[in-house]
Amino acid sequence: MTGPMTRPVLAACAVVLVLLALVPVLESNYLIDLFNEIMIYALFALSLNVIIGYSGNVSFGHAAYFAIGGYTMAILLTTYQWPLLPAFAASVAFSFVASGVVAYFCTRLTDIYFAMLTLAFSMLVWGVAFKWRSMTGGDDGFVGVDVPAFIAERVPFYYFSLVVIAIAVAVLWVICHSAFGRALLAVRENPVRAGFVGINTRLMRWWAFVVAGTFAGIAGSLFAMVHRGMYTESAFWPESATVLIMTLLGGMYSFFGPAIGAASLFLLERLTNEYTEYWPLVLGTILLVILMFLPEGLAGLAKAVRRQILRVR
Amino acid sequence: MLKIDGLFKQFGGFVAINDVSFELIEGEKHAIIGPNGAGKTTFFNLVTGHLLPDRGTVAFQGDDITGRPPHRIVKLGLARSFQRINIYPRMSVFENVQVALIARERREFRFFTLAAGLCGPETRALLELVSLADEAEELAGELAYGKQKQLELAIALAENPRVLLLDEPTAGMSPSETEEAIRLIREIADARGLTLLFTEHDMTVVFGIADRITVLHHGEVIASGAPEAVRSDPMVRQVYLGEEEVGNGAA
Repeated sequence: MTGPMTRPVLAACAVVLVLLALVPVLESNYLIDLFNEIMIYALFALSLNVIIGYSGNVSFGHAAYFAIGGYTMAILLTTYQWPLLPAFAASVAFSFVASGVVAYFCTRLTDIYFAMLTLAFSMLVWGVAFKWRSMTGGDDGFVGVDVPAFIAERVPFYYFSLVVIAIAVAVLWVICHSAFGRALLAVRENPVRAGFVGINTRLMRWWAFVVAGTFAGIAGSLFAMVHRGMYTESAFWPESATVLIMTLLGGMYSFFGPAIGAASLFLLERLTNEYTEYWPLVLGTILLVILMFLPEGLAGLAKAVRRQILRVR
Repeated sequence: MLKIDGLFKQFGGFVAINDVSFELIEGEKHAIIGPNGAGKTTFFNLVTGHLLPDRGTVAFQGDDITGRPPHRIVKLGLARSFQRINIYPRMSVFENVQVALIARERREFRFFTLAAGLCGPETRALLELVSLADEAEELAGELAYGKQKQLELAIALAENPRVLLLDEPTAGMSPSETEEAIRLIREIADARGLTLLFTEHDMTVVFGIADRITVLHHGEVIASGAPEAVRSDPMVRQVYLGEEEVGNGAA
């Protein structure tokens, strides 16, 4: 996680990117939509992990910034008929500002108090989306987002989404492996010691929160476009829980872990729904197994398996 | 260099530090000794900004630094190590030291400078200095206890301090490790012209390094001066060295 990008990781990224680019070749609308959704949630989960894995705090309200990005995008594109680029830039900027304000308050606290305050703020965002009917559509949702013509079709939008997410993930990777990212790890590992080497731990945690919120906003903006709408569920707390589960399932101590978690959870859900209607039961079991046996998630499991294989050799 | 005036701190009804005044002179190696519970660690925490004093001031090179947060005090050149191991356990030994250097060079908010290549030569030099070069890639939390203490020293040195505060630098070490640590600390302090302030339990360490000693007892200074003078001070013998001898006899 802290090392430079190793060759196997780089190769794996290239393979995944190529495979994702090839999805439309299958000419299945179902698969294109599924993988678009997975990519969006992968970015969402990766962004949450900046708070969880890198700064060492748990957020129960990360959906707020996903929703803020999504609603801003939907409203600017449709209600105000902004062109794509300014609308995208504004929605990212607004996610940045909103998470900055919330982070100002949340980073005064740590542990469960931090987590509860993030939850409280996300309920506030949900409340606004729910009640401000004239702007957001309230509980009917914001239906019918005007997506620019050149990406209005399914396949062009898929590629647009792929490019935006690939760039976002690359930037996020650099941030997590930068001087900032390393100092942030020190804050996670031992905030007292980090303070005593001259690191302003609160400001570090503020930035981690804002980076996370901003990238969640990007994911939300794409979500609003792919679904041609935005709904209050996206701001509600179960959404925050879902992305938290993805992060834990994939592994919070690995940069790409949460993306793996997002993909696994989606695929498992679809698969389970083919056979039974008891998805929540399966989800609960998965959660139990992670917490009891896989504290470092699937990525941690992969690491342990690789270590075993090397030892046997 | 460091001037402490009328420092007072109580926890509930317990007075931990009672009106302590104290001056640290540039270039000296100053030990603070005293029985368990004398207030040594509390004193350190007050000086370095980890705790707020109820009364009194701490001045560093003429600047009043009372109540400033640790990360700002460190930047002035006042670094410390801890009595209990205080490192980043899930990071490599290399990264433990590197982070201190990143912070010293104020690069902790560089979002797009990759950390991998940063401060490499200096990090390695510091690890070399405390004989941890071979363990650079190991996880800090998996090091042996004595080595973690060395790592802690390297982290404190990475801040390039002018004054180094060491809280029981040899606590929990074996006699041979202790001897090695004393040699190392003395060597580094001399080579870098560091002003040293340290608390210690082990009298061999104290008399092996210090050129001035202050004795704390129940949160008050009862003696301060050259090692020989302190050693022969009747009050010190009674409350501290006497107890120590009894303790040694019993052990």
